[in-house]
Amino acid sequence: MTTATGDDTYDLEAEIAQWRTYGIGRPGVDQTDVDELEDHLRSQIEELCTAGLGTDEAFLVAVKRMGRLDELSREFAREHSERLWKQLVLTSDEAGRWDAAERRELGVVLALAVSAAVAIKLPDLLGRPLDDPNGGGFYLRNASLLVVPFLAGYFGWKRSIDRTVVATLCGVFAAAALFANVYPFGGEGHTEILTGLHLPIVLWIAMGVAYVGGSWRSSGRRMDFIRFSGEWLVYYALLGLGGGLLMAFTAGAFNAIGLEAEAFVFEWVLPAGAAGAVIVAAWLVEAKQGVIENIAPVLARIFTPLFSLLLASFLAALLVTTTWLDVDRDVLIFFDLLLVVVLGLLLYSLSARPPLADAGLADWLSISLIVGALVIDVLVLAAIVARISEFGFSANKAAALGENVVLLANLGWAAWLYVGFTQGRYRFDRLVRWQTAYLPLFALWAAFVVIAFPPLFNFS
Amino acid sequence: MQLTKDLVAASATPLVLTILSEGESYGYAILKRINELSHGELEWTDGMLYPLLHRLDRLGLVEADWRAPKGQRRRRYYRLTGDGHAALAEQRAQWTVITTTLKRVWDDLPMPGPGVDPMAGARWETS
Repeated sequence: MTTATGDDTYDLEAEIAQWRTYGIGRPGVDQTDVDELEDHLRSQIEELCTAGLGTDEAFLVAVKRMGRLDELSREFAREHSERLWKQLVLTSDEAGRWDAAERRELGVVLALAVSAAVAIKLPDLLGRPLDDPNGGGFYLRNASLLVVPFLAGYFGWKRSIDRTVVATLCGVFAAAALFANVYPFGGEGHTEILTGLHLPIVLWIAMGVAYVGGSWRSSGRRMDFIRFSGEWLVYYALLGLGGGLLMAFTAGAFNAIGLEAEAFVFEWVLPAGAAGAVIVAAWLVEAKQGVIENIAPVLARIFTPLFSLLLASFLAALLVTTTWLDVDRDVLIFFDLLLVVVLGLLLYSLSARPPLADAGLADWLSISLIVGALVIDVLVLAAIVARISEFGFSANKAAALGENVVLLANLGWAAWLYVGFTQGRYRFDRLVRWQTAYLPLFALWAAFVVIAFPPLFNFS
Repeated sequence: MQLTKDLVAASATPLVLTILSEGESYGYAILKRINELSHGELEWTDGMLYPLLHRLDRLGLVEADWRAPKGQRRRRYYRLTGDGHAALAEQRAQWTVITTTLKRVWDDLPMPGPGVDPMAGARWETS
């Protein structure tokens, strides 16, 4: 039996601290609520002790009188239902004030976003209009060059990357500017379009070196970059939707009073907004990291089974109707995109998967998705090779074929590793490291297209 | 006496408003005062007072701030606002109607004797 006195080993503070942590973790209950309840608890304990109870007994009685924490938290949650929603607060304190570091970062972000917006408009103002029928290729080739370096600048500043990395990145951007602009593109401009499509890939992955703070050898950091890219895309799409609404209302409102605003919207708001949003979306991803669940893996979870189903039914339809694929360039590009989607679904499923978990249904779904895509792609490849041997190479066909091979190699080996993992032959980590190790290859292939294709195909 | 949950909940707001009309106070003191006034017959789960106070705060009937008077712990003190005084007057008028009506009826009826369950009728009706 514990007596009212002589229990000096009893640690009231530890008990209260434990009770606190138990309360704070609950939905709807925040720090100040627990402060208030703790004060109540202490007042009660003091009074009970004065009445002659031992500290331990007083604590038990006081806790009992306070009521069960789950009922209490339900009551708090009813009153403060907004607390059940995690908010993306861009400020660190509860009152919504910005501390000095946050203000500085916001300043840098805004400055860079404005710079990117100015950079994208500058060539236009200097006589290279956006919709110039003769010089339209300029923006096609250079748009990413006018924006991505600012994003790299943001991460370079945020991660304080060292000089050698800065120099390397500057070198890459300078080289990109060179190859995008020195070639005498002409004619129908297929190779010019290819440059416009592949340069952003090179620049984005180069920017990734700034994102990972220069430690680009680390597989874990590369995975972070993949996660960032997915989230960035989601946020950029959301900002794009909002921006689209803003533009529609701007045009509509001014039209209502007889002012033509369309030209202004399309020549100024659209390009400047699209460029600035690149930086702002990246900043949002940085700010919400760890606060809100990543959305890209959720989308991957939802669409993996749906795409598996699509591929399976497509294969079945192929077999039943025995239609031979009518393969031309567009079909090849279409299946390239399909492989990109499959790779994206795989990457974001991987990025959110606990690496030590055993193989489960989700893994088998991913495997069936990859295998389905591979089978279809092999059929398409066979058809296209036959066609190329008949009609010869063009720049577009060569690029599409190259992409297909790069993706096929990635997914083929990934499928092999994934099946091996489910059979216990490989650790899951092998699969992740294969994907992160493969990342530079995409940049290398894209760089190859930018640098070598125009001369190889006579700048056609 | 064990009061029904609904009755406790309904009377909670006028009680708290009344106690705060005596002057500003904090959670623990408010509960002690309720205990005193009801001679310990009105029993609350202590913690439930706080969500109620927060609701009154949101409705603008009370205002709260954290303060540490000399030699005491930091506490959140609540005091009645102008709207709170008005709400209290309104509540008081409503409750007076109910209590006087019930009193008038019950003064004419004898209290059920000991051994008779006062809830028996209610239970029979609902079954």
